[in-house]
Amino acid sequence: MELELRGITKRFPGVVANDDVNLTVHGGEVLALVGENGAGKSTLMNILYGLYKADEGEILVDGQAVHFTSPRDAIDAGIGMVHQHFMLVPVFTVAENVVLGVEPTLSLGRLDLATARRRVSELSREFGLHLDPDAMTEELAVGIQQRIEIVKVLFRDAKVVVFDEPTAVLTPQEIEDFFRIVETLTAAGCAVVFITHKLKEAIRIANRIVVLRRGKTVGEADPKTVTQAELAEMMVGRPVDLVVHKEVSNPGDVVLGVTDLTVLDAAGRAHVNGVSFEVRVGEIVGVAGIQGNGQSELVEALVGLRRPAAGNVTLNSRDITHSSVRERNAIGIAHIPEDRQRDGLVKDFTLTENFALTGYYAPPLSSGINMNWDGARTEAERLVKAFDIRTPSTEANTGKLSGGNQQKVIVAREISRPIKLAIASQPTRGVDVGSIEYIHERLVELRDSGVPVLVVSTELDEVMALSDRVLVMFDGRIVANLARADTNNAEVGLYMAGAKDDTKIVAETPYGGSAS
Amino acid sequence: MTAAVVEHSSAPDDRSHDSHWVMRLSALKLNALAILTALVLGAVIVAISDIDKLKHGEIGGMLTTVKDAYIALGKGAFGSWRGWSETITAATPLMLAGLSVAVAFKSGLFNIGAAGQMLAGGIAAVWIGFKFELPAILHVTVALVAAIVAGGIWGGLVGLLKARSGAHEVITTIMLNYVAGGTALWLLKTEAFRQPGRADPISRDIKSSAELPKLFGFLDRSDLEIRAHTGFLLAIAAVAFFWWLMKKSKLGFELRTYGANADAARYAGMSPARLTIGAMFLAGAFAGLAGGSEILGGVTQGHATTGLAGDVGFDAIAVALLGASSPLGTAFAALLFGAIKAGGDKMQADTGVPVDLVLVLRALIVLFVAAPALTRLIWRIRDRGGDSNAQVFRGWGG
Repeated sequence: MELELRGITKRFPGVVANDDVNLTVHGGEVLALVGENGAGKSTLMNILYGLYKADEGEILVDGQAVHFTSPRDAIDAGIGMVHQHFMLVPVFTVAENVVLGVEPTLSLGRLDLATARRRVSELSREFGLHLDPDAMTEELAVGIQQRIEIVKVLFRDAKVVVFDEPTAVLTPQEIEDFFRIVETLTAAGCAVVFITHKLKEAIRIANRIVVLRRGKTVGEADPKTVTQAELAEMMVGRPVDLVVHKEVSNPGDVVLGVTDLTVLDAAGRAHVNGVSFEVRVGEIVGVAGIQGNGQSELVEALVGLRRPAAGNVTLNSRDITHSSVRERNAIGIAHIPEDRQRDGLVKDFTLTENFALTGYYAPPLSSGINMNWDGARTEAERLVKAFDIRTPSTEANTGKLSGGNQQKVIVAREISRPIKLAIASQPTRGVDVGSIEYIHERLVELRDSGVPVLVVSTELDEVMALSDRVLVMFDGRIVANLARADTNNAEVGLYMAGAKDDTKIVAETPYGGSAS
Repeated sequence: MTAAVVEHSSAPDDRSHDSHWVMRLSALKLNALAILTALVLGAVIVAISDIDKLKHGEIGGMLTTVKDAYIALGKGAFGSWRGWSETITAATPLMLAGLSVAVAFKSGLFNIGAAGQMLAGGIAAVWIGFKFELPAILHVTVALVAAIVAGGIWGGLVGLLKARSGAHEVITTIMLNYVAGGTALWLLKTEAFRQPGRADPISRDIKSSAELPKLFGFLDRSDLEIRAHTGFLLAIAAVAFFWWLMKKSKLGFELRTYGANADAARYAGMSPARLTIGAMFLAGAFAGLAGGSEILGGVTQGHATTGLAGDVGFDAIAVALLGASSPLGTAFAALLFGAIKAGGDKMQADTGVPVDLVLVLRALIVLFVAAPALTRLIWRIRDRGGDSNAQVFRGWGG
């Protein structure tokens, strides 16, 4: 089977989302489609999937022009899509989710679950998915849930499988498993379209890479010869520095001290279990770990959003264990939250309002009972310039900005005031390459200006690139505390997976062993 | 699989930059179209309700009926001093109670309790009004403050319940409406409140020193019943206060943040408990003032009954919805509803079209405003993603 998109153009008011895009994918190959947020990848795939109608151009399946007016048409033509956000019913079994919408039936419309279960088992065996048709969906790990989506697509006889940012929610191990599944799919003759902004993965798995920029296909690359830097340049349109440049750190006084910190949830389960560490002037400390190992709860306890059950937290030797969010903000803790859409921004607010979000309570943003919007606007204009935020104006709706620019708004707000410590959680999640480079540079600058940074990230590469010291969290505990210079990805990866014990901490605690 | 549509519909917005005022204009335009749609549909109803002409297929005659009905409606509302007076009289409590619902909406809360809060304010005002002997301006001021405080406490109670126990405000406001009604009934029957010589629950009359002056004083003629009172000016002042609160004040910024994104408010160090209580106190205060203004403005002939809030508490929800919870929008929506109410009687008197039509008309307006997708469909307008009323309904989810 061969799929071709020819001269696809799609215009929205004020923007050409796709501009004469040409794309071909054959059975048995993986085509990676890379581009920054807003480059038009999603629009293109929505056209392919029958959700949008192209203004110009045509779609050809095996040389025949086809017209899709709904996803149903696309599915009938053998095109399947695995979305970034799964569309599964949590309380259904695997088999029930797979057949949802195309249920095999017996007489009188009775559900033929036996057939469904048999087909799921067959497909699972054929493609090495290891799925139990009777497992309850909500009890399965994210990586397994993704396989349900894959079986859904296969169950509907898809010959072209489109994956939209499939690895964003997976752990490093799950990503490897996912790539094996993709290889099985292509071996069986399927064509795979892999949409991503992670260049390393595109190079790893694709047979061909097509780069989109501002709605246009700007080139095709051979993953055997192309480098990440070359791809990044094609994507952004200018050379991008993928390496974080920084001087060797020269740690000074302890700024943040955490001792035996324990955080419980409502059910009494320990998410953070007796954690101790320090962050000193002049260093960036990275917390590595697979999502869900207590990093979020640790950060929430450090910024005052969650009450610790035991232990204490100090800032410059002052006990802040029970201080409120506001008190911690006032004494100089900056917090870049892990979920910018949920916590860090109000999407319906203007940039000016979002810049005022955490500091609104004090001059110069307010005085007495009144806000000082004129002052806030002037400050907003300054920050938009200083942080190169792409926006029509400071009075635009923040929700309309790209993910990278939204994140810059938060970073600008948090680090542009006098602070003593910055806590950055997933600072570049879902952010385009250009903005990642920029945000990393700013965090290093912050370190060099004497403000230590605690970076929490599930992207191991990010932790390794930024940090002077690496903490690894596993199951609520810090299982390693390593000087960046003395470790490597492989070793940290083992700690992240819980495969190494924590004896290493005692042996190699830097700066005199105060962290236990 | 159809769910995929929702997931991806926002994709093209990545790079389109609607400026703020364009968004707001389209929201207002949409509401204007909703009103127009309702008027057209109302016209159809008027036309076919004229059974005789319908039977004989007199299209021209039916159109004349429609024309006459709408002209009478307009004249009744704005065609004379009395029309203006009635429009303003009806709009005054709607405006204040509309602000009550709006301030809660903006804070992410759904205030169905304006009726109970009005009752609390009205009872407080009438008590100050008949119980105390004070100089004129002072008396009315004290009575108004009492109405504001009583309404505020009644509303604040809802906030307290939500902040402390998580009780949903939709449930508690409705229940407190019943509690307010029952308590008022009991109070009005007590010796302290009951009008001498009456067995039914009617309070004593307020002293003249506690009365709000009438508007249009220059028209003081015995053949002209002018009911409009300076409570209307208080309502306008309340609109200005609401504007200042939301646009200029620190508290307003906190309330808007909490209303638009409660997680972001927590992240920013704001106190959800304080804001919930504060928002509901303010909501109650606006509604309390609405109740007080009805009593002190003489709309209820100077005494309180358990029915003093009438349908205003519920109509206020429609007013806030129509006005997209904005200060000016709420004011205009209240005036529109006031005008429809004032014009309805004249319409029935002049053309025989039943006054119930205005209820239908009002319901249709609210229906189309509440269903922007329907209005868009009718007028073939593309969704630009700026849905002014989306936030209004958030309160239900919490």
